[in-house]
Formats: sequence, structure tokens, C-alpha cells
Amino acid sequence: MSAIKARGISKSFGNRCVLKAIDLEVEEGDLFAIIGPSGAGKTTLLRILCSLQPPDSGTVTILGKQMSYREAEDLPLRRRMSFISQKPIAFRETVRENVAYPLRVRGIENGNEMVYHALQHVGLLDLADNLGVTLSGGELQRMAFARATVYNPEVLILDEFTAHLDPYNIKMLEDAVVSYRKEKGATVLTVTHNLFQAKRIASTTAFMLDGVIVEQNETARIFNSPADERTGSFVRGEMIF
Amino acid sequence: MESDLLNVTLLSILVSGTATLLASSIAIPLGCYLGMRKFKGKELVRTVTYTLYGFPPVVAGLVLYILLSNSGPLGSLQLLFTPIAMILAQTLLVVPIVIGLTMSAVSTTSKDYTETAIILGADSWRTARTVIHEARIGIISAVMVGFGRALAEVGAVMLVGGNIQWHTRVLTTAIVLETREGNFEYGLALGAILLTIGMVFFYLMKRYQDKGMLT
Repeated sequence: MSAIKARGISKSFGNRCVLKAIDLEVEEGDLFAIIGPSGAGKTTLLRILCSLQPPDSGTVTILGKQMSYREAEDLPLRRRMSFISQKPIAFRETVRENVAYPLRVRGIENGNEMVYHALQHVGLLDLADNLGVTLSGGELQRMAFARATVYNPEVLILDEFTAHLDPYNIKMLEDAVVSYRKEKGATVLTVTHNLFQAKRIASTTAFMLDGVIVEQNETARIFNSPADERTGSFVRGEMIF
Repeated sequence: MESDLLNVTLLSILVSGTATLLASSIAIPLGCYLGMRKFKGKELVRTVTYTLYGFPPVVAGLVLYILLSNSGPLGSLQLLFTPIAMILAQTLLVVPIVIGLTMSAVSTTSKDYTETAIILGADSWRTARTVIHEARIGIISAVMVGFGRALAEVGAVMLVGGNIQWHTRVLTTAIVLETREGNFEYGLALGAILLTIGMVFFYLMKRYQDKGMLT
């Protein structure tokens, strides 16, 4: 069964068509990567899948429920998924309170243990009582991961979640994503510019270019024997578009 | 003389403090709403609000004078030349400032925090609360500027208060009177008191603001 299904998603900003009737299907429990150059429309697609932005046309179905793009109507569905952006922000409160935020908005008052495990998972227990706004880039991204997963979402969407981070933090976050998916059976959709990362963690990869998905296949096949010449050029680092 | 000075000082604090409270209770919710909502004509509202920052106090005083005078529509309330009229005049001048600065603070904070709250499962009410909470430093600044405007105001309170001794005389109007009578030293001393009140208020608000930044 598909955890994420997008049909005919189109989106334009002014005269610029960013997404051109995109079809995408991510199986339940898959770790799916979307690769592609900047400006391909990857982030816009993720924002539409997360209900942060409505498409001009097309439909999005998450966990069998179609997004309406009406805030109150989509709330129960949004609460079953999560999103981590390239530049997450911390609320002006402690790391512990930041991570507890999703529990508070769900009315879960006794979530101390959940917060503890989420912080432990990303190695942030020592910084639990520090202010979120004082964290370094890597720590902030790890906190964002803990905050996004503390309530065990079934679908996790990541937008360049390790961009600009050092190898230590990249490794830590990749491990956290892989183990979260394994432990909870969650579906993970990630957008990355880091081809090595897609190779390392994703079981399925799609190549996106100029608002369309050029090719989608098992990650090994995308990198070793791509069907489309443009995909081949991109994964070989030739970028001759 | 001393009791007169105390009376003038206390009345200044009372009038400006009440006006700031009243203005803030109207302007903060309105500023938050305008800062968070997207609607047609928002730019126009913003431009009008910013224009009203420079609303001449004497004009505000004159409008209020006409409304409150015996022949005016609110004449029956008998508020002209009372501290209430002075509070209303200052409120009128402070409201646009607090609206505008609150709106700026909230709109600057709004997009990122709104999206983060939504992503993490907040409903619209909770999202609004989060955004306002995160914009609190800017909102406190708005109140501080508003109080500064109220405290320093002279034209409007002179018109609707009448500068009546023991009744509607505040520090700014007393300074005008002393200057007219050639008592420059006394006028300057009153100015020093005015500045001291402002300084104490800003110091307290700054402490609260710093606390807001850290917690």
C-alpha cells in the first residue's frame, strides 16, 4: 500500500511552472529519496505533500486520506506525519520544551519519557536544559529530528536535513533516520543534494528535473544503470542540462 | 509646592500608564491579527497605520475636544477637562504606534514559526499563540515606545485637559506653564523628573524583555 500518493501535481509561481503534473508513489515503510539539481521543484513538492502549500491542480493522498488543504480538516492527518526543513527553527525555550512541543499541542501532558527517548536517540540529553536558540547547526538539526519524531509519526518528510552539516552530525542524523524507520516501520521521504547520502540510506530513489520526475527506481539501479540519460549524467556529476 | 509637584508627577504616571494599558489592550490583539493574516488591502492598512505614527497631537486633541465639548456628540458625558479625556487623547495617539510595531514584530516572526507549529501538529489557535509568544520581545518594545509617546505628549492633553492645577496638570503641561512664566530652572527640573520616570519604566520593561528572551 502507498503511504504517499501524489497524482498530477502542478504548481506555478507567476509565469514559472515549478511542478508539471507530477505523479509520485511511496510505499509504506520505504525510505525514498528524491535527488535533483536546485530549482527542480523538490522543496515545493515536499511542501505540498506536507499541506504547507496547496497545489494548483492534482491530489495528494497520505496514509489513504486525501489532503483537502483546509487547515482544520487536514489536522488529524498532519498529526500523523512530520517534516524537517533544511533550516529548522527553535522556539525560545529549552531543548526539552522544544521537543515536548508536539506533545503539548496534542494534549499529552505526561510525555517526559517520550521526550527523554527522543533526545537520547539523537544524543542531546546533555543539552536538554539549554535554550534551543543557543544550539549549533548540527545540534539544532538533531533537536529538530527529536521534535519531529517524539510523537512517532507514521510518515517523515525531510528536506535536505543534513545540508551544511559536518560528517559527524550527518552520520548521527542518517543513523537516527534509518533506525527510526526500522523501529517504527515509518515511511521516510527525503530530498537530498547529497548523492552519497541517497546511496547510503534510501531503498528507492527518484530523479527530478525541471518540475518532473524523470525516473524512479531502486536506488542501486538509479546509480548503476539508470534508464534515462539525464539521470545518468546527474548521478555521474556531469550536470549537462 | 512639593505636594503640587507630587500631584503632577503621579497624575502623569496615572494618565500615561492608563493610556498605554488601554491602547495596548486594543492594539496588541489587533496588531497580532493584522500581522498574522493575509488579506487584500493589508499594505494599505500598514501604510495608514505608519502614517498615523506622525498624527499631530494637537489635531487628535482638537478632534477629541470637539467630540467631548458641551455641543459635541459626547458632551453629555462631561469628560472635557478631566483626566479621562487626557487618557483618551493619549490612547488615540498610542494605538497606531503599538498596532504598527506589534504588526511588524508578528509578521517578522510569523512565517517560520507558523510553519513550524503547523508541521508539529498545532491547530490554528495554538499556532497563533506560538507566534505571539515568539514575537513577545517585539511586542514589549511596542509597549515601551507607546508609553514614551504618551509620557512626552503635551498638545492633546493641554487641549482636552486644560492644564488645571490639582486636577489635570501633568509634567509636560506644567513645563509649558513654567516656561511661559519664565521659571526655566523649575521647568528643567520637571523635565528631569519626566525623563527619570521614562528611564525607570524602560529599565523595568527591558528587564522583563531580557527575561522574555531567555525563557
